[in-house]
Parts: sequence; structure tokens; C-alpha cells
Amino acid sequence: MVITAMMASSYSAKEEDGHHSGSAGLGGTAIRTRKPDNTAFKQQRLPAWQPILTAGTVLPAFFVIGLIFIPIGIGLYVTSNNIKEFEIDYTGTDMSSPCFNCSQSFSWNSTTPCKCILSFSLDQPFECQLTALSLCPQSNVFMYYGLSNFYQNHRRYVKSRDDSQLNGDERSLKEPSKECEPYRTNENKPIAPCGAIANSMFNDTLDLFYIDPNGTKTQIPLIKKGIAWWTDKHVKFRNPGSNPNLTAVFKETAKPVNWRKPVYELDTDPENNGFINEDFIVWMRTAALPTFRKLYRIIQKKNNMTPTLPRGNYSLEVIYNYPVRSFEGRKRMILSTISWMGGKNPFLGIAYITVGSICFFLGVVLLFIHHKYGNRNNNSDIPN
Amino acid sequence: MSARARAASQGSLEEPDDEVVPYSDDETDDELQSEDDLDRSEDQLPEPETRPPPAAEPGWSVRANDREYCNQPQFKKKSNAIKTYKYNFFTFLPLNLYEQFKRAANLYFLCLLILQIIPQISTLPWYTTLVPLVLVLGITAIKDLVDDLARHRMDKEINNRKCDVLQNGRFVETRWMHLQVGDVVRLKKNDFIPADILLLSSSNPNSLCYVETAELDGETNLKFKMGLKVTDERLQEENQLAQFNALVMCEEPNNRLDKFVGTMIWDAQSYALDLDNMLLRGCKIRNTDECHGLVIFAGNDTKIMRNGGKTRFKRTLIDKLMNYMVYTIFVLLVLICAGLAIGHTYWYESIGSKAWYLYDGLGYTSSYRGFLSFWGYIIILNTMVPISLYVSVEVIRLGQNTPAKARTTTLNEQLGQIEYIFSDKTGTLTQNIMAFKKCDPTSADGVVLDRGKNVDFSWNKYADKKFQFEDNFLISSIRSKKDPQILEFFKLLSLCHTVMVEQKEDELVYQAASPDEGALVTAARNFGFVFLSRTQDTITIMEMDHEETYEVLALLDFNSDRKRMSVILRFPDGKIRLYCKGADTVIYQRLDPNSRNKETTQEALDIFANETLRTLCLCYKDISQGEYEAWSQKHQEASVSMVNREEALDVVYEEIEQNLLLIGATAIEDKLQDGVPETIAKLAKADIKIWVLTGDKKETAENIGYSCQLLTDDMKIHYGEDVNVQLRNRQTQRRNDPQGRSKKLKEKFFTETSKNALIITGGWLNEILYEKKKKRRRLRLKKLRKRHTNSTSAPDSSQPVDDWEKEKRQEDFVDMACECSAVICCRVTPKQKANVVSLVKRYKKAVTLSIGDGANDVNMIKTADIGVGISGQEGMQAVMSSDYAFAQFRYLERLLLVHGRWSYIRMCKFLRYFFYKNFAFTLVHFWFSFFNGFSSQDVNDKLSLRFPKLYLPGQQGTLFNYKNFFISLFHGIFTSLMIFFIPYGAFLQTMGQDGEAPSDYQSFAVVAASSLIITVNLQISLNTSYWTFVNCFAVLGSIAIYFGIMFDIHSAGIHVIFPTTFTFTGAASNALRQPYLWLTIILTVGICLLPVICIQFLYQTIWPSVGDKVQRNRKKYELEDDEEERKKKKPAFQRGGRSRRSAYAFSHSRGYADLIASGRSIRQRPRVRPELRESIREVPQAENI
Repeated sequence: MVITAMMASSYSAKEEDGHHSGSAGLGGTAIRTRKPDNTAFKQQRLPAWQPILTAGTVLPAFFVIGLIFIPIGIGLYVTSNNIKEFEIDYTGTDMSSPCFNCSQSFSWNSTTPCKCILSFSLDQPFECQLTALSLCPQSNVFMYYGLSNFYQNHRRYVKSRDDSQLNGDERSLKEPSKECEPYRTNENKPIAPCGAIANSMFNDTLDLFYIDPNGTKTQIPLIKKGIAWWTDKHVKFRNPGSNPNLTAVFKETAKPVNWRKPVYELDTDPENNGFINEDFIVWMRTAALPTFRKLYRIIQKKNNMTPTLPRGNYSLEVIYNYPVRSFEGRKRMILSTISWMGGKNPFLGIAYITVGSICFFLGVVLLFIHHKYGNRNNNSDIPN
Repeated sequence: MSARARAASQGSLEEPDDEVVPYSDDETDDELQSEDDLDRSEDQLPEPETRPPPAAEPGWSVRANDREYCNQPQFKKKSNAIKTYKYNFFTFLPLNLYEQFKRAANLYFLCLLILQIIPQISTLPWYTTLVPLVLVLGITAIKDLVDDLARHRMDKEINNRKCDVLQNGRFVETRWMHLQVGDVVRLKKNDFIPADILLLSSSNPNSLCYVETAELDGETNLKFKMGLKVTDERLQEENQLAQFNALVMCEEPNNRLDKFVGTMIWDAQSYALDLDNMLLRGCKIRNTDECHGLVIFAGNDTKIMRNGGKTRFKRTLIDKLMNYMVYTIFVLLVLICAGLAIGHTYWYESIGSKAWYLYDGLGYTSSYRGFLSFWGYIIILNTMVPISLYVSVEVIRLGQNTPAKARTTTLNEQLGQIEYIFSDKTGTLTQNIMAFKKCDPTSADGVVLDRGKNVDFSWNKYADKKFQFEDNFLISSIRSKKDPQILEFFKLLSLCHTVMVEQKEDELVYQAASPDEGALVTAARNFGFVFLSRTQDTITIMEMDHEETYEVLALLDFNSDRKRMSVILRFPDGKIRLYCKGADTVIYQRLDPNSRNKETTQEALDIFANETLRTLCLCYKDISQGEYEAWSQKHQEASVSMVNREEALDVVYEEIEQNLLLIGATAIEDKLQDGVPETIAKLAKADIKIWVLTGDKKETAENIGYSCQLLTDDMKIHYGEDVNVQLRNRQTQRRNDPQGRSKKLKEKFFTETSKNALIITGGWLNEILYEKKKKRRRLRLKKLRKRHTNSTSAPDSSQPVDDWEKEKRQEDFVDMACECSAVICCRVTPKQKANVVSLVKRYKKAVTLSIGDGANDVNMIKTADIGVGISGQEGMQAVMSSDYAFAQFRYLERLLLVHGRWSYIRMCKFLRYFFYKNFAFTLVHFWFSFFNGFSSQDVNDKLSLRFPKLYLPGQQGTLFNYKNFFISLFHGIFTSLMIFFIPYGAFLQTMGQDGEAPSDYQSFAVVAASSLIITVNLQISLNTSYWTFVNCFAVLGSIAIYFGIMFDIHSAGIHVIFPTTFTFTGAASNALRQPYLWLTIILTVGICLLPVICIQFLYQTIWPSVGDKVQRNRKKYELEDDEEERKKKKPAFQRGGRSRRSAYAFSHSRGYADLIASGRSIRQRPRVRPELRESIREVPQAENI
């Protein structure tokens, strides 16, 4: 017979002096105090939602994305197609080009402007047409100049400006930023506006004429205000001082080396002269890519009867000042209407359609795969 | 007679002794042998281990009470102050900065900073690098400072401990740090020993002094140290001590805890000193009111400090990987920049130089420009090499909580990668508490178990108040004295032992050589058989209500071969009886054939063993006077024999311990820490291998191995001999194979399918790993090679031919050990523990974790990748050097399996994401370069400075998974391509809805940056598998903050104030007004994310990971868990399912029999009998250390 005496007693080799309060004390208060706060955050027990990529969520998502993207793409594409755009290259690299002579005979020192005339015809009237997809913010036609192979985004070029000066700071006017070198001073006078960007400002003059079927040339009025961002015109760029007489303000400064006229002679309109000249502002907003276009003029609709630019023949008169031949650049003039999505660019529409289609297709493929593999794996157990 | 000698006498000359903790392999001078010596010893290989160490050339001398002498410069003696801190007030800044700049990343950014200051190169303002760099350095410095302050505090605490030092003839309380070599100190009970001290005298008889060496070797039983006879007699009083002027010559400071050789010269007499006279730093004085000693080694010269190993900077695997990645990225960066620079050169040659508008008046050649742009790109693309990575990693680590005290925050994620755990036994796996759990006094009567009510012990004035006890029947049968068997049972327990007793304010304090024995005697005391006192040849107990004194005729002490101990007593009525307790296997062989109760006891033993209790069988034998006298004669002869006395005694003991009558069995529980078996099982399931490294004896270690289910019955256990043979075979095989050097043997060591376990002792470990006596071996090797060229004799297989072979051997051993599911190393020194850890680290390239609680684990904790300290009973040394500290072993489970895994996954996901993000971000610049003449224009310089910080909150608390860096690289490339080219396609040749061209670079930047921010934040959302409101807030908040800040810095107001800094006026509002750009952003984000979703979904569907499955079936598993929990409630008892382990409860060392027999420990000072005095020095006590 076995007597099994259960004793929960213990003997500790170290207890002979009573320093430990018995074995029970070991798990007692001493340990409790060492625990971290038992809060949900510290113990990482916050209420949580654990999303899992299941067929139930992923497949509908793909179909829905496909179904949303395709119509957007179609909309974009159609809108883009409805936009009328006309582009004419007037660089004059070809012998046949009317501007060939101007481009060849360019010299920085010549005082007589070289003028060339290009004629073209529009086979459609230019005006934003109200269709289902192309909401027309305005029926104006916009005139752009475009440059190619022009690295307005070059690092040193981009930095070569003094925003303080352009903001009307008089100290910077006299003492332009070092970033402007080597277009900082000329003949010991500070250059205003300083820097490479300002120095290389586009200075061709473009005029547009409508040629009636009977041969009469009518100049189309080009509006040169309202082509810059409001913030640029009113915040970023300001003429120095409060003196409305810009000639006096800029007296102590030199014009940029490549400019023909000083900055205070950019326009006769005091609201569009000096640093707040909109052509200048547009130029100063540097382009992201070496091929870019910048807004030049706006052609306003005259009345409801005639389109902004009717169908017919036109001629473009260029005062050819801007040399691009040396770096193999191109110059273009662009006429375009505008829709809700902006100018003509089928890329985004096509991209949307493509992505939408792929999504839809993937949805089908995934559905198939899920059908084939999903159930099998759901049931299999985890080896322990 | 030492155990080593005993082993030698048993003929196992070349085999290491399992009983002895081997020397550590530190080379000391006395191990050097002359060449002549070698020549002689070579012929008698294998080397007998009994060779006495040649007398050390004393290189260290100490004169008592003479600081001047001891401060002589040639000794280079240091003060007792210890220093573990790294910096002081003045050195902090330079040293810390120096250390920080040793990090490649910091240095890299310093270089960047210098580059940015050069105006020709500078592409970004210099402060864009300075600010983050200063931030990083600052945060790290503050962290280091806090850590170091803690070390300062700890050092100060230790250095300012007090002890009494003899100064100018008086004992003065002094701080530890002012202690010097040569000082005479006085230590009191429970004091820590401040230095390595030569024991001079103590308040105990014969200058005996008990010490607890737990800090040194983890053993908690008390050891005794003894002063020299001469100092004991002449140095008890203060004035005597003040006159003390002996010169001590001894070995140089070393790290051998097991050895001390020295001579004391006093009054022209010289006395030999050994370890028995030394009190080592780190030990604690116990049961000794007062003792005096002479400081021999102080401070960093002490043996424990020498054993400490170096603190090294621990790096996690991910840290290392991260560094490699950073190097990879750096190389990539250089390549990219070189490519771009070449591109720039080419572009400048063909276009740039002709573009009049770009004229800058500098006149550099295009190749020089290319060179400059190379550096410019290095700066602009620096976001590829992530400086914020280090900060972010630190932030994440700080942000995580562990259930216990994390003493370092840099290793969290490594917790998820542990492959090997090295654990100390005592105090880590076990509580170091022995509990008398059950007993089985076989009784003729029937038994009624009356459980559930605690028994009242008030009848017994000696009962320990802490006792609880649940069997009233047992007590009542004792009290009624009905059952002689039960009475005999407890009487035996109270008589047959070597425990010593101390009366202290009406309380009895037992002092046992092993805690098991203490537990048994204490149990007997509670049952009414109180061991009261003993003299050299009597023992007095309280038998229920009356005192009884027995004459002790002989004490047949325990040793590990005998596995039993006996005592022969003459009862007051003249009857002679032998009481014996021992392991069941040993006892059953010696039982009288007519002994009753064999079967019932056997059953009980089975039950006990099943509960992994350590069992002992108790038995007795009556001896007639004549029989005793005859035996006594033999005993006398044996005990005076000069050769093989130990062996002779064993034979004599054997003779009398025959025909025993069984009384019953006891069961003692070496209490495991809570939850140890469960934890081990869980960890094993996670494929984490656990090695137990302990200073304990083989039997104890094996037992614990079983009780914590590290070892199971279906395992085949291999011991040192086995292993050695296996390894030797492998080595021979390699030697015989001519190509063996080059190819690696792949076949396994154990071909059987059963599970294997390895139990190996320190001695064998040294033997196997050729670690023993390095220098001598080297000399011998030289010799051997010399001889090898002369003769063609085969090299001795027990010795390696060269270092390569040694390395191979070690590798083999590690391979072999890793094939086993459990490895237990016992009798190992702290140094060996560390060696084993580093072996595994070296040959397995695995992540290791060491866990321990004592000072003997410090080295191992420092060596392992992660050190965990248990803040248990053995002091705080281990905790101080650990990376994590907690109270119990079982917390390891949660630390590793929960928090470790989380941290790991999190860190990995984070890293992958971080690289992805960085690539996506940086490579946008790269693509842009192709369109801006390779002139390194930043897409958005102000924003870019801002937004790595922007989504830092989004990373916190989200999960990341590191698969590999290239996936993130390609993912990053893909994303960056999309982010650049979709807007590019959309922007080319178009204009906004108000006619203004949106293709200016500011609008472009806004679109690209917005796409990037939205993409990366949604990417995080995709990676987040655990959404809390914090995550939601972080992700949405990041996007919101981004737009907020963007509109802010693009606002008109800020431009007016800082026109040159904030040039993006109106860009955001103008750009984001346009639906076209929004559509572009949506498309870009969509294209970036859809493939990721698709691939993730495909992976989960076709190749689901375990984690995916768990997630998917979470609910189901939770339910199952609950059920299991319910089922677990009733444990199944498998009768006889487990083989019995006859653990002899004297687990640590032999008892105090010698001590008792010599009478030295008895309170009443024995009258000095010359013959007894003589014998004192002859009895070596070395084994207790």
C-alpha cells in the first residue's frame, strides 16, 4: 500500500536567514511591479481590423476599377479628339521655309528685326464645341509658342534667378543674388531681371492675320493679358518700389545682356510692364521638359455669330529674334481650343482605357485562378 | 583524495572525469613546459591527468598591511574600483562621435556634407544633410549617454559598498573602491566578498568560512573555505591582525576559478596556499558571523572579473544585412551617378555647350562638368542611401514593447530569428528550491487518504511555519506511533545525512551540502523527528517528544559511484543499526531477498518518476556487535591505507551495505520554474533548439533534462565517450581520404531514425574540442611534426595534426550536436559555456540566445547574439550584462514567439518598404535626368526635404516583411517609372483647362510628389495586416499632412516673407484645381498598386503561407484553442510510461562527512588533540569547488 503524502512545502537552500519570504513570494509583488502597464496600446492589443486579400474583396475591386476606368478613358479620349489644335513650325531650318533667311542670318547685334511670313489654313472653325463630353469652360482660342530641345529644366539654369528681386525687393535689385552669375552684373550695374532664365527670354513677336476668301488681311486681335497665373502676377512678381515711373526705378540697373529693350520697356501698359509683364512671367515659369509650350496670346470670341477662328486661310507674321539653330532647337506656333480636361492629349484617355481593360481582364483571370486553387488551399490544414 | 585522483585510480587514465569542472583553457605560465619535459612525456601518451602542476613561478607578491610595498610600480596593481562605463564627462563627446562615425552611414553623410559645401558641386543646400545628420547623431548620443549613465550608477553602487578594512591598527569602514591589495579586511555574514581574499581567520571553529558561490558557478549549496592553521591560531584579534606582516607570493592574476597556487611567508616559515584558503570576489559569506582576510587580487584582477569576457557591441542579423544593403546601394549609387555623369558629359558635348542660354561663363570642359555632375548626383541621389533608415529603425525599436525589461532596444527584431537557445540550469530552468514532495513509507495498514485539509503542526514546536501538508493520515499515524515503519522512515531521514545544524535564536538552521538533503532533513523535522545537534561521533534528534542521542560509529559518505550514503549508529539501547539512503538501482541490488515491500515501493517509485521527481530509497540493517567489530577493523585499515585509500574504503563500505531492508522511498522535486516544460515544448515546435549548459553534475543535469521534457524516453542519449568515438572515426575517415581536406563530409552522424540527445561534460568537451592545454599541445605538435618527417608513424588520433583539423573537429562536433534534439553540457566553466555558444555561432551561422541568471552565465550572455538575464536569486550580474531581463524562463516563450516574431516581421516589412520608398522616390530623379540634360534637377527640393519625415508616422506600428532587397528595388524602380512617366505622358504637349500650360516643372513636381505620397501610403495600407485606429490615423494623417504642408508652403503668404526660399507660390492650388491632373494622379496610383494587389492575391491563392492560412482561418483556430484549453484540464496519468530515474538526491557534491568526521565544524571547540590537528591538512577539500 502506498501512502502518498502531498506536501506543498518547500525547502530552499537559501532561506536559512529568512531573506526570502518563501517560494510563494517569488511570484509575488516583486514581479508584478516589473510588468509594463497593462494598457491596450502597450500590450499591442488595440481594437483592430485585419483585412485579408480574399477573393471576395479583390475580384470585385478589379471589376469595379475596370468598369470605372474604361468610361473615364473613353471620355478623356473623345474629349481630347474633339479639341482642335493646329501647330506650325517656323524654325526655318529648311531652305523652303520662309524663315530660313532669318534663321540663317541671325546675329545678336543686328538692330533691324528680321520678319518672315508663314501662311496656313484651318480646315475647321476653331472654337470649343459643346458636346456631351467636352464641357467648354471658354470658347476662346489659345495661342502658344513651343520650343523643343530647350532645356529650361537644366539645374543651373533653373536656379539662375533671384526671386527676391522679382518680388520687388529693392536691395536685391541693387545687389542680385549670386545664383544669377554670370548674368548678375553688366558694366558694374546690376542686371534687372538677373539670371540666365530672364536673359534667355523668348522674344519673337507673333502676329496672326485672317485672309478673307477675297484676299483682304485682317489682323486678329491677340490679348496679352490673363496668360499668367494669378498668383504669379499678383504675388510672386512685383515691380520694385511704389514709384509708378519704372524708368526711374530701374535707372541704376542694366538690361539683361541678350535683351534688346530694358525691362521697363516691355509694354506700354503700366499694368503689364517691368517684372509684371505677363510674357516675362510666363517665361519665368520654367518648363519641366525640354519640349514645352507656353501660352502666348488669347484670341477672344467676338460674337456668337462667328466662330472664334473661322475656317480659312491665315498668315503668321513672325519677327524672328530668337535663335535656336545653334542647339538644334525648334520653334512652333500652336493654336488650340480648350476643354474641361485642358488641351489635346490622347495619352491619358488611352492609358485609362488600357488600364481599365487590363483590370477587367485580370479580374477574369483571377476569378479563374481562385476557382481553381482557392478552395483547395482553404481546406488544407497547417502542419504543426 | 580528490575525485580526479579517484577516477585515475579506477583506470580511466585518458578519459576525462565527469565529476570535475575542467580547467578553462586560459594559458597560464605553469602550463608551459620545456622541450625536455615534452620529450619525456611524449613517450607516455596519453598524458595522465594526474600530473601535479609544477610549482608556479610566483609573479605576484603581496605583503599584508603594507600598502607601500604593494603599490610598487612593477606589480601594476590596480585599486579595487571596477569600471564598466565607457565615457566620462570630458571624453563623452569625442569618443562618442568617434564611435558613431565608425558607422559607415554616418561617415557617408559627413562626406556628403563636405561635398555640399563645395559650391561647384552643391545641388542641394548644405543644411538638407546637416539637419538630419545632427539629428541622428544627437539621438544616438543621447541614447548612449543614458546607457552609460546607468553603467556609471551601477559601478558607483558597487564601488561604494562598504566593508571593514584594517587601517592603523583599527578596523575602519571603507568603500570597496578604496580597498587595496595587501589590506586586511573583515567581512560579516551575508556580505559580498569585495575582492579575491586570502582567508585568515573566522569566528567559526578552525577558521571555517561558508561561502555561497552562486555568482561564480551557479551552484547554490554552500562551500566551505578554511584558513590556515597558523593564521587561525594567531590572527583572531584586531591587534594580532594589525601585527600581521606576512608576504604572500602567488600566481599572476588569471581567470581560473578552480585554481590558486601561492605561498605565504610569515616569520621565516613558509606555508602553501591553495584555493581552499581563498574567498573569491562575487561570493557571499554565509553562516559565518565574521571572518578576516587579506586582499590578494583587487578590482579587475579578480578571478571573476577576469572571467567576464569582453563586452562587445551586438548587432542583429538585420543590422548586418542592412549594412550590406547600404553598401550595395552605395555601389549602385556610384554606378548610377557615373552613368549619369557620362550622360551629362555626352549631352553637354552635343547640346549643352551649344545652348547659348545655358552659358555660365565658367568655361569648364565637358568632361570636367561630367566630373562635377557626378558629385552633384551623389548628393542629389543621397536619399537612396537612407540616413533616416537608421533613425527610423531606432524609432521603431524604441516604439516596441517587450513584456519585460529590455535593456537594449537594438536587438528586438533579432528575437524573431533565434535558432539556438543556450540555457543555464540552476535558477533559470529550475527555481533552485528543493521540495520534499512525496514519500512512501510502506506500511502494512490500509491507507485512507484524507486530503484537502492542512495539517496542524502546532504540536511540533520545531515545525517550520512555512510547511503545508495535506495528508492527515500520515501525521496521525506518526503521532499515534502505531506504525513503526513510518516512524523508522522519518527517523532515518533525521539521522542519515551529513547536514550540519546551527542554533540561532531558538531556531534551527540546517546547513546541507546539497539542497536535496536539506529538504529531506527539514521534512523529517516537520514530521516530528527533529535533528538537533551533532558532535564528531554523536547525533541528537528529537523523536516526537523526547530527545535521543545516538552514537555515530561510521559515516559512509556519498560519492557519485556509490550513489548512496549510510550511517552506522549505536542506539541508546546498544543495538547497532545501519541506515542507508540511495538511488533505487543501487539499493535494490543490495536488498535482502526477504525484504518486504519491494513491489509496492517499486510502484511508488514509478509514480514518482512519472512526475519527474527525484527519488531515493531508504533502508536499514541491523548489525550485530561482532559483525560490526569485524567490519570496523577493516574499515580502520582501509582508512589509514596510504595507496588507493578511496578505493579501499569503497570496498569496505560495499561489504557492510548488504542485505538491506527496505523502508520506503522519498521523492524530491527540483522545482522547475513555472511553465518550463511547456515553454520548451513550444520553442521546440518553433524549431528552436535548446542547449542546457550548466555547472551541475551530469546526473542532476540529466534529471532536469527529463523533468523539463527536454529529454524524453524515446531519445537515445549519447555521452562524451560515444561522441568522442564518433568524432574520431570521422576524423580518421577524413585523414584516410586524400581529398578529404577539400570536400565536406555530408553524411549524418546518427543514422537511426530515433531522436538523439547529447549529454557531455566539461572534461569531455575539452577533450573533444582539443581545447586542453593549448600551449603544450602546440609544442607537442611541433614535436610531432618533427617526428612525423622522420618516421611514418600514424598521427595520434586523439590529437589534431594542425589547426585545420582542430577546426574540422569542432565543426564536426557542432554538426553532430545539431543533429540531436537536445544537448546538455554539464560541469562546464563559464568560459566553456561561452565557447560552446561561439562555436555554434561560428559554424552554424545561426542566431543564438543565451539565458541565465548567475555571474557564471555572464560570459555566455555576452557572447550570444542575444543575452537574456533572469533576475532571479543569483544576483544581478547576469542582468547587468544582458540585453533583456525578466523574472522567469517561461517569459522567453512570449518574448520570442510573440514579440520577437512581431518585431522581426515588422522590421523586415519596414525595411523592404523603406528601400522601396527610397528607390521610388530617388529614381524619379533618375528618370527626370534623361529629360533635363542630366543636370540633376531636383523634382521638388523643398518637398523632398520634408516628406521622408511625413510618413514616418505611417510606418510606426505597421507590419513589414523582408523577403529580399531586390524585390523592393525592382518594385521601387517600377513605381518610380510609373510616377515619372505617367505624368510625363499626360503632360507632354498639353495645357490646362484655363489655357495655361501645366507643363511647368512646379506643377509637374506637385503631381509626381502627390502621386508618390498617395502611392506609398496606400502601399503601406496594403502591407498593413493589422489595422488599428493608430494606423488609420497615421496613413490618412500622413496624406493630409502632406497636402496641408504643401498648400502651406505654396501659399502666397509665405512667399512674401521668404521669396527666395519658397518659390512654389500657387503651384499646388493652380495644379490641383485641374481635374486632368487629378486623373493623372489617380491613374498613376492605380498603375502602381494594382500589380501589387494582383501579385499578393495570386501568392495567397496559389502559394499561401502559414501565416496567410492562420489569418484566413483565424476564427476557426481560436475556437479550437479554446477547446484544447478545456481538454487540457485533465492530465492523463500514464502508468509506467516513463522510465524511472533514480536520481540520487545528493546532487551537487559529496556530503560533509569528512568535515564531520574530522570534528572541525562542531560548535564546541574540540580540545586540541595533536593527532587530529595533523589530519586536518591531509584531507583535501578541493572537490567542493
